[in-house]
Order: sequence, then structure tokens, then C-alpha cells
Amino acid sequence: MNDMTPKPRHPNALPEQSEWTFELIEQIHQEIRRVAENFGLDTYPNQLEIITAEQMMDAYTSVGMPVSYNHWSFGKHFLTTEKSYKRGQMGLAYEIVINSNPCIAYLMEENSLTMQALVIAHAAYGHNSFFKGNYLFRTWTDAEAIVDYMVFAKNYIAECEQRHGIDAVELLLDSCHAIQNYGVDRYKRPAKLSMAQERARQKEREAYAQSQVNELWRTVPRREEEEETKVAPRFPVEPEENLLYFIEKYAPLLEPWQREMVRIVRKISQYFYPQRQTQVMNEGWATFWHYTILNQLYDEGVVGDGFMMEFLKSHTNVVYQPPVNSPYYSGINPYALGFAMMTDIRRICEHPTDEDREWFPDIAGSDWRKTLDFAMRNFKDESFIAQFLSPKLIREFHFFAVLDDDNNEKLTVSAIHDDLGYRYVRQQLAEQYNLGNREPNIQVWSVNTQDDRALTLRHTEFQRRPLNQQASEVLKHVARLWGFDVHLETVNPAGDLVSTLEVRREKRGRGA
Amino acid sequence: MTYLIDRRLQGKNKSAVNRERFLRRYKAQIKDAVGRAIKGRSITDIENGEKVSIPVKDVNEPTFGHAHGGVWEVVNPGNQEYQKGDQIARPRGGGGAGRGKAGNSDQTTEDDFIFELSREEFMNYFFEDLELPNLVKTQLTATTEFKNQRAGYNMSGTPSNIHVLRSLRGALGRRIAVGGTARKRVIDAERELEQLLLEGAPPQDPRVVELKKLIHHLHTRLLAIPFIDPFDLRYTNRIKVPKPMTQAVMFCIMDVSGSMDETRKDTAKRFFILLYLFLKRVYDKIEVVFIRHHTAASEVDEQEFFHSRESGGTVVSSALHLLNKIIDERYGAGSWNSYVAQASDGDNWDNDSVLCRQLLVNTIMPKVQYYTYVEITDGPPQNLWEQYSQVPDHHTHFAMQKIVTPADIYPVFRELFKKQPK
Repeated sequence: MNDMTPKPRHPNALPEQSEWTFELIEQIHQEIRRVAENFGLDTYPNQLEIITAEQMMDAYTSVGMPVSYNHWSFGKHFLTTEKSYKRGQMGLAYEIVINSNPCIAYLMEENSLTMQALVIAHAAYGHNSFFKGNYLFRTWTDAEAIVDYMVFAKNYIAECEQRHGIDAVELLLDSCHAIQNYGVDRYKRPAKLSMAQERARQKEREAYAQSQVNELWRTVPRREEEEETKVAPRFPVEPEENLLYFIEKYAPLLEPWQREMVRIVRKISQYFYPQRQTQVMNEGWATFWHYTILNQLYDEGVVGDGFMMEFLKSHTNVVYQPPVNSPYYSGINPYALGFAMMTDIRRICEHPTDEDREWFPDIAGSDWRKTLDFAMRNFKDESFIAQFLSPKLIREFHFFAVLDDDNNEKLTVSAIHDDLGYRYVRQQLAEQYNLGNREPNIQVWSVNTQDDRALTLRHTEFQRRPLNQQASEVLKHVARLWGFDVHLETVNPAGDLVSTLEVRREKRGRGA
Repeated sequence: MTYLIDRRLQGKNKSAVNRERFLRRYKAQIKDAVGRAIKGRSITDIENGEKVSIPVKDVNEPTFGHAHGGVWEVVNPGNQEYQKGDQIARPRGGGGAGRGKAGNSDQTTEDDFIFELSREEFMNYFFEDLELPNLVKTQLTATTEFKNQRAGYNMSGTPSNIHVLRSLRGALGRRIAVGGTARKRVIDAERELEQLLLEGAPPQDPRVVELKKLIHHLHTRLLAIPFIDPFDLRYTNRIKVPKPMTQAVMFCIMDVSGSMDETRKDTAKRFFILLYLFLKRVYDKIEVVFIRHHTAASEVDEQEFFHSRESGGTVVSSALHLLNKIIDERYGAGSWNSYVAQASDGDNWDNDSVLCRQLLVNTIMPKVQYYTYVEITDGPPQNLWEQYSQVPDHHTHFAMQKIVTPADIYPVFRELFKKQPK
């Protein structure tokens, strides 16, 4: 490292210039791919697309998908992005990468050659291999079909707009978006369906779903003696966590096309569910690999000093974690935490200390590539932090836990980065990334099938945290989808009723 | 297998539909904002986009979430002073330790959701109120043409604009100026040397050696003057000049007597704006003159025209006299196209109305291109209206209309728009 003789020039060395050309991108991409393969990264094939800043804003707007259906809320996002971009309040993200096969990564025209290389390493090899390897993505998303599905969704919804009017479609989408975070199966495993099957089964499904609904709401009276002897059967038998699924299947008044749209929003929400659970890991993994790959290229002499200076400047900006008292502090930077943890795992494997041997007997001194690969494949943020956050990192980040209990006058520091606190801090931080805790736990509790068809949702309190004020607005959306009264009961973990919210549907033909 | 695809040339306005959906949804709010903007803006400033703000709660997309309350235990980075068990006062307001995540807080003190309407969109909303036929809209919103004109030379610019001749001429001048003294001294020294050698001085003569050294030194200095310096570069300067067009003057005449209230003034303003936009389309240089009157008329600026209140009776002829005077003094001699827009609520002193008609027919109408009059009232016609009704018998370029809402304004201009060849 310290020898001053100039390195022999690599035959494929990149010229020191900031302008990119298609040839140079191809060239650096070859090198990055070679290094990535040597490190054993397993990826989908890559499709790199050069786009302009406006196109980047477009992509932002449609949640990063190459195609999406139309809705005013996307227009709102676009206006927000455009405004802050034009005022210079924010730069656009350097990259957007789509979990599809082939994996689509966008390269922005304005970026320098160095930044393009950074994005290729980060997105096309980092994120890409994560999408292909991580168990959540493997289970919940179908990279082969997503782009086709989005095309199907766009066309289907456009068709609905033509047939039923823009307003009807917009109202329905508003309502679905309001509860789209509750459109995911958290525990049930999905069965994989190819696109062709999906389309073929759609018609069939419409007819069948409608007939099921009719079955449930059959108004022909049952035989009287049966009624008397039986207590009304509970419906649903088990509480249902997936509100959109429940509505799609059982809402009494929805038309078949409306059910299909509920399904579309639900499917898309489910597709993004893994991303919401693996922010730290996904970004950490991608950042770790762009750092590792580009450093390897530097050591080999493919890229020069100027390239590295520019790269390191961006890199350090990305992984900067402002302390809690900084005006720039806005929570923990997932890039910073993720990158630090990935780097730390490598360190523990390669140069373990006594502390590491005590805390991580399984991985200290093991092959770092295998260990990292294992961590990437089998964890999500919550479990990843619970498993791999080392005392060394807790010290470096100066993590401390603060307990804010509204029964107490003051906040209490419950743990800091000392021997007593490591495990506690680590556990708390992991909990912080548990989606189940971050979002209120709201499930379908029961439906009054005998009388007014009212739907009851149940919110089980977590740590006595109340629902936000928007809840009543959201409930109106649920009522619009359900078509009858909707109740939201809040219960404490012991099951005692704390409060209720309700939305009454207007009866037809009556003003109130 | 890798693909590298250039998507830059493919459509960039993928979000145009979404944007249009957004505008559609908040049409009512946007129209309000446009209405406010029209009130607040100068007539000559009407053709710009507009910032529209909508209360955030209206554009909010609600979702279930936690509000602050109950128990939150949050891990933060950057501990400096705290030990386990320390008690911290609850911070007021957002931010700070243990305050939960911003996204979870209900009391976000965000401002309104603000975005910008483009010029076209703004004009669309403006015209929507006026109920213009589509043809007129396209005519009015079309942009004027510019032409690129050379305008001297500049010290900076793009390499493609370098003016070689100018740059080299400058370089030559600089070389002459900088090297002048040295060159003169070389000539002197060479002549002296020649002289010495003629006189038979040997080459080792210290004077000869000295002179040779000097000559060599001076030549080196001359050679050191750069042939061309960044300082010499001159770039062709081009500016955009609107295509020359004829000029027009627009007179806005408004009755500001006590009976003209804010709503009427607002309607009048839209009337003036419409004429202005039309003129803008046809003429490149437009001056606007504001004349207001009650019993006496005065020329004022726009601010005063629309916003100051006066009361008292009404003598319309005072304004017409002033109009005539201004035309004669400043806009005469046929080089100006004069347009007049008059707005009033119809009140006038009885005897004065006849005078007005005579003034119009005999003196003013021959001098102007078009005269428009709107009476903003829902009452029965009064004598001014009756007298004005006789004007079209003598002059066809006169239009009048009684209006109640802005939607009635357009017919006043129907003739004007129709006649004008594109």
C-alpha cells in the first residue's frame, strides 16, 4: 500500500474523465461484473437504462415502476418532487432499481462517469443480488411477472375508467390506497402464479367471487328450528389481518370490476411489502458491495485516484449519520447502519476480537463471504439487527435508548452503550424495525351476518399507543368499500375494550 | 447478458396524466386561487403561471398510524452526555430525543401544499370563467415569436460562438501594445550595434558584447508575449428580439363613483384583462393608460385605479375629454393603434349623456381602432346606455354590453375577435 512506484496500468483502465459515454459504461460494467462474480454475487441479468432527470421524476412518481396506473396521488407526488427539485432543495436519487427479471436499473443522464459506475455497482449488483437472494423477496415477489402485471393493472384500470367513469375509479382507488398497508399477508405463504394463468383465471374468479358473496348474504330465511338451536356462526372464523383481501372476497356490494381493482392494489402492496421490511439490510448490502467492488477495481488499477476521490465523497455523504442533537437528524440513516453492520460482519469474520468471539462464536473467524451471504438471504431488518449488531457498533454509533411513557413526567434514558446496555439497546433497535410494532395492529374481527351487515375491525393496542387522527378518515374509506356500517374497536392486550370509532353509511333514500 | 438502453428520447411526460388528474380533483381550489390571482395581479402581468396552494389536510391521503402517546422507546445515535437512568425533560414541539418518528406524529405543522400552474393551465382556468369559444383561446395563448439578432461581442460565450477575426485582431493589438517598448529598444540597439561594428569595434569590445546581450534579452521578451491569450477571445453575442410589430395603446376607463363596489371592479378588471390579452396577441408593444372618473377624471396608475375608493356623482364626459386630450398629446399622428375599454355601472348626470355621445361620435371614434363599453349592472338601462346605443349607427367599431357576471364579457369582443385576421 505504501510503495510509491506507480501501479502498472490496467489494460482496461478507465480514462480520468467525468463525461460518460456508452462505450465507457459498457467497459466499466464489464469490470464491475467480473469483480462481482469473483465475489460470488448471484444476480438477475441486468438491464441498464439511461434516462433524463424528468424521466427520473416520472419514475419516482409511479413508485419506481416502469409503468403504473393513473391516479391523482401520483400527480401530487410528482408536483412535490418537481417543486423541490427545481428549487434545488433536493437532488434526485442517483438510482432507482426495479425488482424484476431482468433487473432494471436507471442511470441518470446528468451523472458523471464515476456516479454511473457507483450506481451500477450499487443497484445492478448490490440490490439486484439482494432481490434475488433474500428470502422475503423470494417468497413474496415474483420478479418474472411484475412488469407484466403492472401493464395488466394499468390497462385494466384504464378500461374501468372508460366503462365506469374516472370518478368512480378514483374514489375506489382512494379507498384502497388508504388501507393498502393492510393489504398484505404477513404470515400466509402465497402460491406462485404465472402471468398467463393470472389472466386466464381472472374471468373465472370474478364469477366465482360474486357467487361466494351471494352465498354469504343469502337472504332466503333458513328453516326456523335450525335458527333456534344454533348460535349464529362467527364470521370470519378467525380474525383476518389482510383487510383488502377480506374486502375483495366478502364485501357485499362491490361489483366484479371493483373487486379486481381491490385485488390489484393488494397485489402491488404485497409486492412492496418485503422492501418495507428490509430497508437497512437492502441498502446496507448494496452500499457494502459498491464500496467493496469499487475499491477492488482501484486496487487493480482499473480506476484512478480522481475517480476514487469523487466516489468517496458521494459514499461518505450517503453513509453519514447525524447525531440526535444535530439539526439534520431525522432518524437513523438506513444506509449508515446497514453499511456499518455489513462491514462489521466482515471485520468480525476476518479480524475478530475477544469480544466478538464471545458475542458471535459462530461467525468469528469464518469465511466472510459465506457469512454475509447467509445473513443477506435469511433475515429481515428486525432479525438482522437482533442477530448481528455488535457492541462495537453500538459504541461507535453511541446508541442510547430513551423511554417515553406518557404516564411519567420526564423521559428516561433506559440504556446506553455500556456492558449493561448492549443487549437491551440491540433488542430495542430491532423492535424499532418490526413492522408489526410500527403500524397499528388492525384486523377484521367480525361481521354481523344476521342483522345490519356491519363490519367490526379490532385494533389491538401496542404499548398503549393511540391511533392517529386520520383513523376516522380511513374508516370512512373502509365503509365505502364495505358498503355498510364499520366499527373500529380498540382493545388493550388483555382484550378489554378501550374505545370505539364508527362510521355509519347513509341509508339509501334518506338524507341523514 | 446485459442490455444498455438509451431511454432518453422516449416520452418524458409519463406523469402528465397524473398531474392532470390532480388538477381535476382540486379544480375548485385551483379556480379560487386563479380568481385571487386575477384580483391581485397587474393587467399586464396576467400571462404567467401561478402558484396555487391548497391546505395540506385537503390533499392528505389518510392512513392508519400511531399518534404520539402511550409508551415509546426509541433508540437514537449520538449519545454525548447521558447515563442510564437519566431523566430528560420532555421536549416541547417536534424533534428532539424520544419524540418518536416524525411520520408518526399527527401534529405536523406543514404549510399548505403549494405547486405551480403552468402558463397554459393558468390561462385555461382564466378563460374557463369567461366562456370563450375554443378558437379564441388558442389565439390568445399562442406565444409571440422571437428572432435571434446579433448584438455586438461578448467576453464570454460558448466555443462555437468565437469570433475569429475579432479575437485575432484583439490579440494583434495586444501584442503591439505590450511589445511596443521592447521592439523600439531592439531597433535602437541593433542600429547602435551596426554603427559600432561599422566603426570597426572588435567583437570582444565590451560595448558590443553588452549590446548583443541586450538584443538577445529583448528578443526573448518579445517572444514571451503569447500569440493569443484567453483575454483576447471575443464571442458573437446574440440576443432574442421580438419580431417588430405595430404598437398599441389601451385605455381603461372606469367609473369609480361610490356605486362601483369591489365585485363590479373585479368584473371590470377581467374585462380589461381580456382586451389586454387580445392586444398582446396582435401588437407587440402595448401601453396601458388608466383613466378613472367620478365628477372629474384623472390619469392614475394601476394600483390606484383598482384599489382606491372615491365617492360622489358621475360625469362621464370628463373622462372622455381627458381621453381625447391624452390621445392628441401622446398617441396621435397615426403611429398608435388606440383601443378603449370603458366600464361603468351606468349612472351619469342626465345632461351629460348627450354630450358623451356627441364626443364619441364626432371626436373620439375617428381616432380609435375599437371602443368597448360594458355596463355592469342588473338594473334597467339608464340614459347613458340609451345615448351610447346610438353610436353604432355611426361607427361600426363600437361594442357595448350589459353584464352581470364575467361570463357575459366575451360578447363585447365578438366583433373584435372576428374581424382580426390571424
